[in-house]
Amino acid sequence: MTKFTEEDVKYFANFARIAISDEEATTFADIISDLVGFGDALKEVETDHIEPMTHPLQLFNVLREDVPQDILDREEMLASVEEHEAGMIKVPNIL
Amino acid sequence: MTLMKKSAAELQQLLHNREVSVKEVTEDSFKQIAKLDGKVQAFLAVTEKEALAKAESLDNEPMDKRGPLFGLPIGIKDNIITKGITTTCASKMLENFVPVYDATVMDKINQAGMVNVGKLNMDEFAMGSTTERSAFKTTHNPWNLNCVPGGSSGGSAAAVAAGEVPFALGTDTGGSVRQPAAFCGVVGMKPTYGRVSRYGLVAFASSLDQIGTITRTVEDNALLLNAISGVDHRDSSSASQQVPDFRAGLTGDIKGLRIAVPKEYLGEGIAEDVKESVLEALKVLESLGATWEEVTLPHSKYASPVYYAIATAEASSNLARFDGIRYGYHPEGAKNLEEIYLRSRAEGFGTEVKKRILYGTYALSADHHEDLYVKAMKVRTLIAQDFAALFEKYDVVIGPSSATTAYEIGGVVQNQLTLYANDVLTVSVNLAGVPAISVPCGLSNGLPVGLQIIGKHFDEALIYKVAHAYEQATDFHTHTPSVGEGNE
Repeated sequence: MTKFTEEDVKYFANFARIAISDEEATTFADIISDLVGFGDALKEVETDHIEPMTHPLQLFNVLREDVPQDILDREEMLASVEEHEAGMIKVPNIL
Repeated sequence: MTLMKKSAAELQQLLHNREVSVKEVTEDSFKQIAKLDGKVQAFLAVTEKEALAKAESLDNEPMDKRGPLFGLPIGIKDNIITKGITTTCASKMLENFVPVYDATVMDKINQAGMVNVGKLNMDEFAMGSTTERSAFKTTHNPWNLNCVPGGSSGGSAAAVAAGEVPFALGTDTGGSVRQPAAFCGVVGMKPTYGRVSRYGLVAFASSLDQIGTITRTVEDNALLLNAISGVDHRDSSSASQQVPDFRAGLTGDIKGLRIAVPKEYLGEGIAEDVKESVLEALKVLESLGATWEEVTLPHSKYASPVYYAIATAEASSNLARFDGIRYGYHPEGAKNLEEIYLRSRAEGFGTEVKKRILYGTYALSADHHEDLYVKAMKVRTLIAQDFAALFEKYDVVIGPSSATTAYEIGGVVQNQLTLYANDVLTVSVNLAGVPAISVPCGLSNGLPVGLQIIGKHFDEALIYKVAHAYEQATDFHTHTPSVGEGNE
């Protein structure tokens, strides 16, 4: 079984933008190793000529005229935002 | 005697005869919640003020304008967006999140004249099968308060079973309506993927998620699904198929029904008492004129690993939206954007959610995408084909809804592989996108057992017909737990 290491935890946590302590990395390494082993069961299934199933139903694009609808109120939306100013969401300086 | 254990038809009769008002029905729900929820802990929020104001205005509606669910109380799982009412997904991430619009199902509930009495507990972001993964509280099974209600819609199932509300909405990504319905001895339907709009449902795994209905009886369940089904321009994956009158098909006549019983659903890992109850249920269905045969779903043993690869991959993408900026948990004193992201997600998400995001990120990573994620999607095709092959010859597939009855609180929550293996009976239904119901089919050591009836895509009407015929031929639906009545 593939071992999922503490370094692996930190590597993938970085992609997922989750800060991970050393202690958590140890815990997650163990439990994700189990999951990786669980997923290994799929290797024995013969799938050479099988198409992947992306969705349970056959779907088609749904198009409509480009006219605004279901318009939400800006003030109401900003009520959920911790930091905002002059109708805009504030983020730290990124430049 | 509470009104909350009466059926929709009985309650309408009382309302039409003016023996009770909508306000009195609503008050009775809050009375029950006040009496029982200290023990059951199903609700995360009760909306008494809004609900009573609405009930009073509904009482002014003329009788001839009222439908079958008019004036009846309902509880809503807390991952369904409710305008002006906190929607937390049982996560610290959304502890103070107040939505600015209603989910489509809430619009439909309102159109039906139902009264939302509050938001129900769940596993955080619907990731779990015991409701012990809520960031806020542990819900208790009304049949035995030391046991879990199942999950992730554990609050919904427990609230209906306890008699706090006659109706609840849940969501089912891998069994999260059917398994808690089984554990709590109530009726839970996972409709066909696309039957119910997901607009306003906080997404977990978008190719699997579906909103479902939890009630005491099959007829009430059919009424509620009728109210919330249908195509929605705001959810392009919602289906345009006609929605039949599900109640009209509840004739009790299932003569000639052909039932498939997968041997994998009565095999290793399934508790003896559960097997016995299901075999007894099959005898009842035979006595009503159905026939059954043992069949095989050859890829069912791969259903759980397929499910966990796909569901976590989709979750890792869906939950990327929680960035601590536009809404949700926002860390104090973060110095830069990177730190806001890292800390809001580290401090806002619980362990199970982080684990699934990490595994899903791994499944989608360049090195493992083909071997794990694409591989899982290919095996998903095989699982769906297994079902399609059965439905060429049989009308419904039947088995248990859960491998065991309810676990003790704290009993298996740390044993992830046991929990995931127990999902084998429910997850394949979501992978195939077909509908399935759980109906009570027995009690073992005082805990309910659930019978799962699976149908073809968009064949909920037949599932309801079979479930109703079975229900009417037995008396399991008349058993209710006696929590809060001095002898629990």
